[in-house]
Amino acid sequence: MPKQIILAAHFPGVNNTTVWSDPDSGSQIDFSSFEHLARTAERGRFDFFFLAEGLRLREQRGLIHDLDVVGRPDTLTVLAALAAVTEHLGLAGTLNATFHEPYELARQLATLDHLSGGRAAWNVVTSHGAFFGENFRRGGFLDHADRYRRAGEFIEAARTLWDTDGGDFAIRSSQFDIHGRFGAPRSPQGHPVILQAGDSAQGRELAARHADAIFSRHHRLEDARQFYRDVKDRLPAYGRRPDSLKIIPGVSYVLGDTDADAQEKAHHIRRQQVSPQTAILLLEQLWNQDLSAYDPDGPLPTADPVLDEDDTIIKGRAGMFPDRIRTANEWRALAEAKKLSIRDLVIEVTGRQNFIGTAARVAEQLDEYVQTDACDGFILVPHLTPAGLDDFVDQVVPLLQERGVFRTEYSSTTLRGHLGLA
Amino acid sequence: MTLRIAVALEDASFAAADWIDAVRQADRARLDFVTFDDRFGRQGPDAVLVAARVAPLTRHVGLIPVATTTHTEPFHLSTSLATLDHVSRGRAGWQVRVSADPAEAALLGRREPLGADELLAEAADAVEVVRRLWDSWEDDAIIKDVATGRFIDRDKLHYIDFDGTYFSVKGPSIVPRPPQGQPVVAALTHGPQAWERLDVDVYFVTPADVSSAAGFVRRIPAGKLVFADIVAFLDADQEAAIRRRGATTSDAAVFAGTPAELADLIAGWQPAGIAGIRLRPGGPGDLATITADLVPELRRRGLFEPSTATTLRERLGLPAAVNRYQEAARA
Ligand SMILES: Cc1cc2nc3c(=O)[nH]c(=O)nc-3n(C[C@H](O)[C@H](O)[C@H](O)COP(=O)(O)O)c2cc1C
Repeated sequence: MPKQIILAAHFPGVNNTTVWSDPDSGSQIDFSSFEHLARTAERGRFDFFFLAEGLRLREQRGLIHDLDVVGRPDTLTVLAALAAVTEHLGLAGTLNATFHEPYELARQLATLDHLSGGRAAWNVVTSHGAFFGENFRRGGFLDHADRYRRAGEFIEAARTLWDTDGGDFAIRSSQFDIHGRFGAPRSPQGHPVILQAGDSAQGRELAARHADAIFSRHHRLEDARQFYRDVKDRLPAYGRRPDSLKIIPGVSYVLGDTDADAQEKAHHIRRQQVSPQTAILLLEQLWNQDLSAYDPDGPLPTADPVLDEDDTIIKGRAGMFPDRIRTANEWRALAEAKKLSIRDLVIEVTGRQNFIGTAARVAEQLDEYVQTDACDGFILVPHLTPAGLDDFVDQVVPLLQERGVFRTEYSSTTLRGHLGLA
Repeated sequence: MTLRIAVALEDASFAAADWIDAVRQADRARLDFVTFDDRFGRQGPDAVLVAARVAPLTRHVGLIPVATTTHTEPFHLSTSLATLDHVSRGRAGWQVRVSADPAEAALLGRREPLGADELLAEAADAVEVVRRLWDSWEDDAIIKDVATGRFIDRDKLHYIDFDGTYFSVKGPSIVPRPPQGQPVVAALTHGPQAWERLDVDVYFVTPADVSSAAGFVRRIPAGKLVFADIVAFLDADQEAAIRRRGATTSDAAVFAGTPAELADLIAGWQPAGIAGIRLRPGGPGDLATITADLVPELRRRGLFEPSTATTLRERLGLPAAVNRYQEAARA
């Protein structure tokens, strides 16, 4: 049997990927939007629904970022509500390990797992620092160097609590000193599924040690294969088998009646995603300085980016550029060669859709990625709320099913079961 | 004025079906709201998540989970309750609780248990932060202005800049303003310590009789709604109800008898000036008797009339929530 593809539906987020200016774009907060996407995903027999999280509104140049979608619901609360309108779909939520505490979060995740009949998943992220800390009791208490130590100890603590089956526990580690009786009996999955997102070496190591799946940002074929090998090679050190950790990059797609039609649509969407104002803001995120005086239809800055990772111009978003100078040089060279303005360049280099073409072509490419070990599946990130996955479910899913690489019916009731995890 | 009728759900079940069954009964009887019990260290499910789980399956009944202020983050409380209001389309509330139990402090680790006075002071600060965060987005902050490329008008989002003894919180919320603006905030109290300090809309109190109910109403600051708690063991056969009650004791009055007798008691308490009654079902089956027998009896007597209002605030006769930041901006 060929490798089976994992599919997840990412609720459109607060990046410029999400097009809110389109007449077909609906509310980012009304429950009906969440219900629509979740029901669509379940109709398509997806493995899970996915929610990101940010514990403070993003700011750029010291002001609340206003060009992208702003505002989302609390992760666990909306997932609990979605359990009421779905039956099989996994419910995955991003929750920060820095500004939550193990007892409370483990009980909440156990609650969600019980109330959903075994469909809960936790995407562990480690955002930290004074910017987020200003919304919480302890402020920016955690050093950058300790973010994964805390996350690792947090996951271990949560697993200890889940294993008590509502019994006594005592946990002492560098981050936690807690004891008592856990408030929930063993939930249907025992342990909710653990996802990890975070790309540093420590992040990958955490995933190799603790996670069931990685939400990765490596989606170009060669890059994805390299990432896949990198993390799977880390598994034997923890006594784990390669298929016990699933690699699922976030990807976008555009469908058309012909490949040319799809390319044209993709270009149109890219222009919607990168307004003139957004072009300048994205450029600022690489250059790490105020570029508001630049003309989006004019040339790129000649000066180099500012290298101060402790004081970035954008706050509240995970770092995207490990090597600012190199990336800036690449962008300038490309703009020079193709005679691109700032906006055209940004359209060219940021967030281009990964799979563009007819449904048949997209199905074929997705399958190729999975069969050649670039990944184990995909978290699809639609650009429209809430109907952005309708065409995929109607057109691509049946083709994947015909190829024998995607389920036609759910064969399990739990998310662990869907993912083929023990 | 008829009374508002609510039910306190105190089960610890982890089975979704149990909650769906109970809350649907309350919804079909058109009760005004249910409360979901919880404590920080309770053996039982998280009450906010239980309320969210049943929200899409009900249309009318208000949903008021207990959430503790003592070992939790006010920011998380505010966003989860705002989200409950979004998923229930304006039916959410919050019953505030503090934790004095050292065993619960040990579940969090870091902090020594606080004294009673400090617990209350911290809870008051938490309520203040939660409420400010609910106001931190004006209702019309989302503008989707294609010409300028702006999704929000950032001048309609507000830092709350709360700086207190126990925590400071910057804001704004990450969740747009909930449909009610301010979901209903409630607290169970037994004495006056909290009355002047907590900014809540509804007090649950535990009078023993009509004159003590009147005493609560007299002493609680004007503008707050007072709900009297009654533990109810109900049966068509009075003897059977009394047998089931056995030696049950409670902070609230414990009633055992027929639905008609309970309706008599409620009728007798109404002149005390209470806004409503929160019934605590004494045992399994009592919720069904409340919804099937007591509620029709109360309606026949004109003591209860289901509200046609769609939000919980409106139903309780609370004024439309004014946004403090919008007011300040206009001033
Ligand atoms: C694909 C992807 C998605 C992420 N989503 C979130 C998110 O929704 N919320 C968040 O706080 N952090 C998110 N992060 C940030 C990481 O989890 C992590 O906290 C951060 O990248 C720092 O870790 P690192 O140094 O290992 O990258 C995401 C990271 C990646 C790669």
